[in-house]
Amino acid sequence: MEEPPSFTVSQREQFLVENDVFGIYNYFDASDIFTQKYLLEIQRDKQLDYLMKGLRQLGPQFSSLDANRPWLCYWILHSIALLGESVDDELENNAIDFLGRCQGSDGGYGGGPGQLPHLATTYAAVNALVTLGGHKALSSINREKMSCFLRRMKDTSGGFRMHDMGEMDVRACYTAISIASILNILDDELTQGLGVYILSCQTYEGGIGGEPGSEAHGGYTYCGLAAMILINEVNRLNLDSLMNWAVHRQGVEMGFQGRTNKLVDGCYTFWQAAPCVLLQRLYSTNDHEVHGSSHISQATDKDHEEHHAHDEDDLEDSDDDDSDEDNDEDSANGHRIHHTSTYINRRMQPVFDSLGLQRYVLLCSKIPDGGFRDKPRKPRDFYHTCYCLSGLSVAQHAWLKDEDTPPLTRDILGSYPNLLEPVHLLHNIVMDQYNEAIEFFFRAA
Amino acid sequence: MDFDETVPLSQRSEWADVVPLTQDDGPNPVVPIAYKEEFRETMDYFRAIYFSDERSPRALRLTEETLRLNSGNYTVWHFRRLVLEALNHDLFEELEFIERIAEDNSKNYQLWHHRRWVAEKLGPDVAGRELEFTRRVLSLDAKHYHAWSHRQWTLRALGGWEDELDYCHELLEADVFNNSAWNQRYYVITRSPLLGGLEAMRESEVSYTIKAILTNPANESSWRYLKALYKDDKESWISDSSVSSVCLNVLSRTDCFHGFALSTLLDLLCDGLRPTNEHKDSVRALANEEPDNNLAILVCTILGRVDPIRANYWAWRKSKITVAAM
Repeated sequence: MEEPPSFTVSQREQFLVENDVFGIYNYFDASDIFTQKYLLEIQRDKQLDYLMKGLRQLGPQFSSLDANRPWLCYWILHSIALLGESVDDELENNAIDFLGRCQGSDGGYGGGPGQLPHLATTYAAVNALVTLGGHKALSSINREKMSCFLRRMKDTSGGFRMHDMGEMDVRACYTAISIASILNILDDELTQGLGVYILSCQTYEGGIGGEPGSEAHGGYTYCGLAAMILINEVNRLNLDSLMNWAVHRQGVEMGFQGRTNKLVDGCYTFWQAAPCVLLQRLYSTNDHEVHGSSHISQATDKDHEEHHAHDEDDLEDSDDDDSDEDNDEDSANGHRIHHTSTYINRRMQPVFDSLGLQRYVLLCSKIPDGGFRDKPRKPRDFYHTCYCLSGLSVAQHAWLKDEDTPPLTRDILGSYPNLLEPVHLLHNIVMDQYNEAIEFFFRAA
Repeated sequence: MDFDETVPLSQRSEWADVVPLTQDDGPNPVVPIAYKEEFRETMDYFRAIYFSDERSPRALRLTEETLRLNSGNYTVWHFRRLVLEALNHDLFEELEFIERIAEDNSKNYQLWHHRRWVAEKLGPDVAGRELEFTRRVLSLDAKHYHAWSHRQWTLRALGGWEDELDYCHELLEADVFNNSAWNQRYYVITRSPLLGGLEAMRESEVSYTIKAILTNPANESSWRYLKALYKDDKESWISDSSVSSVCLNVLSRTDCFHGFALSTLLDLLCDGLRPTNEHKDSVRALANEEPDNNLAILVCTILGRVDPIRANYWAWRKSKITVAAM
């Protein structure tokens, strides 16, 4: 008697997830247009409700995150900012005060008051304070002590440790460099040997792992790529194989997986889509022969205003998106310089399926009652809420070569009501807040 | 009882001399956690001994109680290491302690970093034990990221390479889609001091991988691994007939996904492979479209149809193909 084909663990798990996801998509496709419209809505009020409640009070089950409270602040505050909202003065002051109590006397921030300073919680605290914005928040960061802290975390191998005698990996490298970059304390001592270390973490698959030899992974790939761009050594990496690996992480569910042959997860919407956009913009910058910089935004406000009026009309007429590509080729041959180009030249076709990705987030990850989750059957949490929203923003802005250009209606699944604030891809901070912070920390120098 | 963990610390005579230190949350903290009484009290006592830097046996026991309540508290793990050193505590017992904590949740960075710290101090003698420990964790979750990192660290720092390739094979037999096992295989063939290195292993590995590909042509892991076997040796990659053969073999089948065979062929062409008539015929057989004179461009067109999720990526690849790469 013939043996029935047996499925491996990977196949079985994948099959179960596909069932859940396609069940949701089939229900959506079979629904009338009003139901579909409702299902795609972000549900801003419910989202804000969930976020504000978390900021104000968390239940005892959050004790497992007692060493991660700056993360909770960042995940929640950043999500609120993505939705285009802000917190009231009282909450803002409470947040600044609380984070101040997490700051160590020797620099850096710990997971809670009195805890050892840690690079990840420092990254979260700095990002949270930048997201709050304003003089009080920004001046509360002790830059001199932070510099000392980062130097203490630097390892002779070129990488960084998470805390005193802590683990060393690509995440530590990214958090350190992101912090230093925003606070304007990045220097040769910090970047020394770092490019070589991160390169050694790029695997045979093309993605980047946590440590040399470790499997290519979405989170570490984001960290490694962003860090390399910030220290201006991105060309050390094999960008072709990185791009190839990243685009293959989008599966039939239309969301992204973290590693080859693993399951889709809403948080990878950010960790994988951001590298795709970063890489595409890098390639596009190279094509136009403009020198790249760590501040990716290229266009000036003046250019944007000048071209905005009639270019919108041009685009409405143009059905054929291939016209974008033609323009790219013209530019490459004609050596047209990017910052004087028309609106069309500020657009590109994202290498991943952006609308498909948005569909996964809005139909499979979003909880109508507020919050986002990894995948169907999983519970919501603030981490996934943050990275699903962040990834959604990246997806909505994926057609744009820079952060200053606004998306078109057709770029946004669920249309303009679903539009989120654009983020700075290298730090995952809302652009307006990032710009304010740069003004503050670079003007100070 | 003094050591009875169910008795609140404030009622244990052992701790009578210590004044617990409350958390400096401030008057109106954000993200405040409604700690259970036991949690709050334990943390208050931990804070007290942490700030007085007391590295005693009772401090060690307290860190254990604290970690049971929140194994993610890296400050406690850090302090525990300081106490272990000060007391010159038995590190073999410490390995057992970590295993007990891991039973409840193995997915925490701190636990694995602590394990690495202990194992490093104990040295090559514990190589076998560490391999056994990670094997147990991997038997529950064959893709556990921290376990694999620890296993890799163990091999390079403590040794034990002898059975590693066999272990990879064992895992791949159970699940050929286990990308972590393929990744480990690459680690072994490139770094094991007992094997000859990538080039020496290439022939046998290519044969192994091709078998896996032919059994499951939709398995991305095996295709990526195949390409990796020729890392930094473009000449061999495009001239080794078994590589283009496996592509042609898969393309001739009607019952399977062609995407990886096509993209591998595309990479070969872009790297300088001169397509034979067999290549051209094989690709054209799949083309609904007008055949392009440039085979690589035709492959991209077909990929756009066969792998529609990445249609834009294949279009982008197409735009990068210059006439020279024909």
